[in-house]
Amino acid sequence: MDSRRSSRAVIDPKVRQVGFFTSAPLPPDRTQSDPPDPIRSPPLADASSPGNSLSPVMIPPPRHPSDSLLRLPHSPSDAFPPPSPTTTTTSLGDFSDDVTAASSPPPAAARVRGRGSSVKQQGAASSFPGGGFEVPPSVKAPSSVPASGLTTVSVVKLPPGISVEVQSDRALNSKPLKEKTSKAERRAIQEAQRAAKAAAKAEGIKTPAVTALANAKSAKSTKPSPQRNDSAVVVAASEKKGGDRSVEKDRKKDVPHPRMQYDDKSRVQKLKKRSVVKPTEARNRVELFRHLPQYEHGTQLPVLQSKFFQLDTLHPAVYKVGLQYLSGDICGGNARCIAMLQAFQEAIRDYSTPPAKTLSRDLTAKISSYVSFLIDCRPLSVSMGNAIRFLKSQIAKIPISLSESEAKATLHSDIERFINEKIILADRVIVKHAVTKIRDGDVLLTYGSSSAVEMILQHAHELGKQFRVVIVDSRPKHEGKLLLRRLVRKGLSCTYTHINAISYIMHEVTRVFLGASSVLSNGTVYSRVGTACVAMVAYGFHIPVLVCCEAYKFHERVQLDSICSNELGDPDSISKVPGREDINHLDGWDKSENLQLLNLIYDATPSDYVSLIITDYGMIPPTSVPVIVREYGRGQLWIYEECDPLASPGRCSDAVFFVDGLIFYPSQHLVLSFWFPDRPPSGLNNDLLERSDNFVTVAENGNFTNFEL
Amino acid sequence: MPDTQALVMTFLTSLKNATARQTAELLRSVISQQRVPYTNQAGALIDAVKAVGEQLIAANPVELAVGNIVRRVLHIIREEDLSLTTAAIGELNLSAVSDDENDDDRDGNTTLSAAAVAAAARSTLRPPSLQTLLEDTPVSAAVPQTSSSGGDSEGKTADKSSRSRKLKHDVIEAVNELIQDIVTCHEQIAEQAVEHIHQNEVILTLGSSRTVSEFLFAAKEKKRSFRVFVAEGAPRYQGHLLAKELVARGLQTTLITDSAVFAMISRVNMVIVGAHAVMANGGVIAPVGMNLVALAAQKHAVPFVVLAGSHKLCPLYPHNPEVLLNELRSPSELLDFGEFSDCMDFGSGSGSPLLHVVNPAFDYVPPKLVSLFITDAGGHNPSYMYRLIADYYSADDLVVQRRAIAGN
Repeated sequence: MDSRRSSRAVIDPKVRQVGFFTSAPLPPDRTQSDPPDPIRSPPLADASSPGNSLSPVMIPPPRHPSDSLLRLPHSPSDAFPPPSPTTTTTSLGDFSDDVTAASSPPPAAARVRGRGSSVKQQGAASSFPGGGFEVPPSVKAPSSVPASGLTTVSVVKLPPGISVEVQSDRALNSKPLKEKTSKAERRAIQEAQRAAKAAAKAEGIKTPAVTALANAKSAKSTKPSPQRNDSAVVVAASEKKGGDRSVEKDRKKDVPHPRMQYDDKSRVQKLKKRSVVKPTEARNRVELFRHLPQYEHGTQLPVLQSKFFQLDTLHPAVYKVGLQYLSGDICGGNARCIAMLQAFQEAIRDYSTPPAKTLSRDLTAKISSYVSFLIDCRPLSVSMGNAIRFLKSQIAKIPISLSESEAKATLHSDIERFINEKIILADRVIVKHAVTKIRDGDVLLTYGSSSAVEMILQHAHELGKQFRVVIVDSRPKHEGKLLLRRLVRKGLSCTYTHINAISYIMHEVTRVFLGASSVLSNGTVYSRVGTACVAMVAYGFHIPVLVCCEAYKFHERVQLDSICSNELGDPDSISKVPGREDINHLDGWDKSENLQLLNLIYDATPSDYVSLIITDYGMIPPTSVPVIVREYGRGQLWIYEECDPLASPGRCSDAVFFVDGLIFYPSQHLVLSFWFPDRPPSGLNNDLLERSDNFVTVAENGNFTNFEL
Repeated sequence: MPDTQALVMTFLTSLKNATARQTAELLRSVISQQRVPYTNQAGALIDAVKAVGEQLIAANPVELAVGNIVRRVLHIIREEDLSLTTAAIGELNLSAVSDDENDDDRDGNTTLSAAAVAAAARSTLRPPSLQTLLEDTPVSAAVPQTSSSGGDSEGKTADKSSRSRKLKHDVIEAVNELIQDIVTCHEQIAEQAVEHIHQNEVILTLGSSRTVSEFLFAAKEKKRSFRVFVAEGAPRYQGHLLAKELVARGLQTTLITDSAVFAMISRVNMVIVGAHAVMANGGVIAPVGMNLVALAAQKHAVPFVVLAGSHKLCPLYPHNPEVLLNELRSPSELLDFGEFSDCMDFGSGSGSPLLHVVNPAFDYVPPKLVSLFITDAGGHNPSYMYRLIADYYSADDLVVQRRAIAGN
């Protein structure tokens, strides 16, 4: 892997910056010098490379030590001749890199995408008659996933958010094939594979493991395979036994519900009956936004406060958070999400299942009522929606056998983990990535106040980078002022201006860092209103626009404009300019029938204007958003649960290897981004055993090593 | 001229709110109080106006309308002088024909002055061209000659003084006309509103401009119903004023923040804005934020229409207008000094403060972003502006500042 990475850096450093974060490449020949370790798969891949000099093809290492043991019989395959040129690895994104340039085989032989970790190895060219079978064993030996020797379609989750399909039909291609298969047989097998692949594609590759299993069956394994079921666990417990049908069902379920349209009278009536808060409708509604709730602001708070004792169904913590949303004390996607989750945590802690009800059902209903209360206070942000979805799925997955206290503890830790991994850790990873994009002498422009951007700026400042910050602000919230104050306190050199002056200030800017409320699957960045303006002007000035957004805020919804879905703020804050008493033209006029005051909260930035999206999975172009959404959207936390070293240190003995800061859990087909300050653990083929705050324990060739963090 | 000087000084102090009309009125009084010598009356007037104009322009170079009016008045003087000369020569010619045919003296004189008139006519009426530039020096010499030679040939003092009075009178008349034009340009522009605004149109504008509001009112009076989005135009918030006026006239008005311009522009049919000045290349100096609107309009293929009275047409070509033709206003409009007083003096060791506040007053909109200019002379493409502008100014006056400075 190392060799690949370094070769990439040499070959195409520019491209390389886009999907991954940069870090000091390890010496290119490191893996070559590594003693081949037949037991462990990643070393296998690397070790074999010197032999056949086809290092580039990357295969996820075995899931489990037991797997690798099973694979031992394959190790002789290392001696196989180099691959025939027909072996192809199709490269997808721009990140694809012809790694073979560094290695001897012809370029066609192997193309490795991404940082070498991501590979689309097309089933040993199953679709290429003749040559396809001669894929170098080195490629195959380490490959794989559940049943060694099976045709598998698995999706490796990569940091850049590119899904990679590794279709390695070891069973077919490696030994058994070599031992003579007739041409007809091979044809048949190919056909089968092709069909399987098509099926897999049709279903979407959302549930890779299931597909893999299905494929495995179709490919008639020649070996007794220790079909580890946890590959299915990865997907979702409910799907464990599920065939393709359940997969399809889930797919359909995935299509987001149409949003509530407030111009639909009957539904609005229904909603009103339910809702706790009874907002008065705004008098002058903006015609274009009839489909959005337009209420008089400022009236709800006292009403709600007076209602406190009547709302006995509501947990006080939720109530408090609701009021904070309403009054604007908590704003910003992350802050709101964390506040909500913590309120839910408290609510769950105090929860007790009523008699004759099951916890999962009753609690779900409870949460739903909380959520609708919160919606009454302020429409949900996408991040909150995703968090709620996660929580509900966690509740649904609680086995009935679990006692109430256990279930509550599980949920508590689930929420804790969501906050830690999806938000806090994700932000740290984003900071780590983004800091590499800041150079000395840069002038960085940011708009509004984004927590991620603020952390980036502060971290870069702490690293001693010399740069200047331009904070662009806008009415009516003036969030930039708070950011300005905090940054100036920290000693950063800041320039403050308002959004109208953006064309003036953009001349001196070298980078634009923006936060986002959500990134939609067509690449649209849904963010604080004005972000689109800033991005547009930056685009006009040919200045890169970097959007920092945690991956949990990604959403599969698509949006083309800022009108179909948005949120309307308090119109009164438009007519009044705080601190400028001379601007009072609209005093008394705002009740006029002809005047509408429109206070949009969000807008949608077209993906054209976005150069790069920095997420916890790496740096991706906006075109790769749907991949992240698809690959990480669901069941992702299952994966974390399975092997996250923080959450369950003991369970991380699954094969794990690092590539500078990224921990790969190949068995789960995922990459868990981790942040190792400064020093990436050099042992590429190590098993991560434990990670504490200070060190990581890694098993290297049977020896345990601690890496200090 | 102590009187005019005092006038000029008071004008300068109030230049912040200077309008084109005030400049024209000031120049009118300068002209009327200027004593005119017998010879070279036009030259004297031009010198006087230039001297004042230089002061005015130097006082606030960003206020381009003032310079425009100074140039317009200079142009008027030149034109009036020319037309007078032409008329005089016409009379001369007439008299020459009726007189004795053998009067060599007169004959020679007529031809001479006719040639001079032709040269003068070229210089004043022609647009700037290479030929004019080449002839420039002899012509400027010829203009005084004309009047002097004409005077010599007439040889009558009374006639001269009447002529001088006539020139001054004519110039003042013309300046009055100019003032009238400036006053009525809103109406003339507004007259064209119905040609551009149709039923159910959605119009976006930024800030407030009298021209724009008149334009919209005119369309409203013609029973067109349309709706207007007004971007408030921070930090001056003139949009609030415009919104109030529009609502008072019964127009459906939606006030939005400047940041929502991009979000809303996809639903807008036309952007109509006012300008601070229109440069000769078709670029627009406009209130800050206009470039944002223009870019958004271009992105969504929404026509971007600029309304500008002819006094806003500036014969200069901009160079780095974002900086050179801009003005940085007080940071207090953006930040409350009291609120940030503890941050302001966070200066690092080098003494340079950590906090800067940038508050420019103007934006430059490049001509490629403008779809149409509507002036009191009709609608024009940005690429045609240079030609339109050449009609209003004489090439000699373009560099009024430099010459004046050189004189000092």
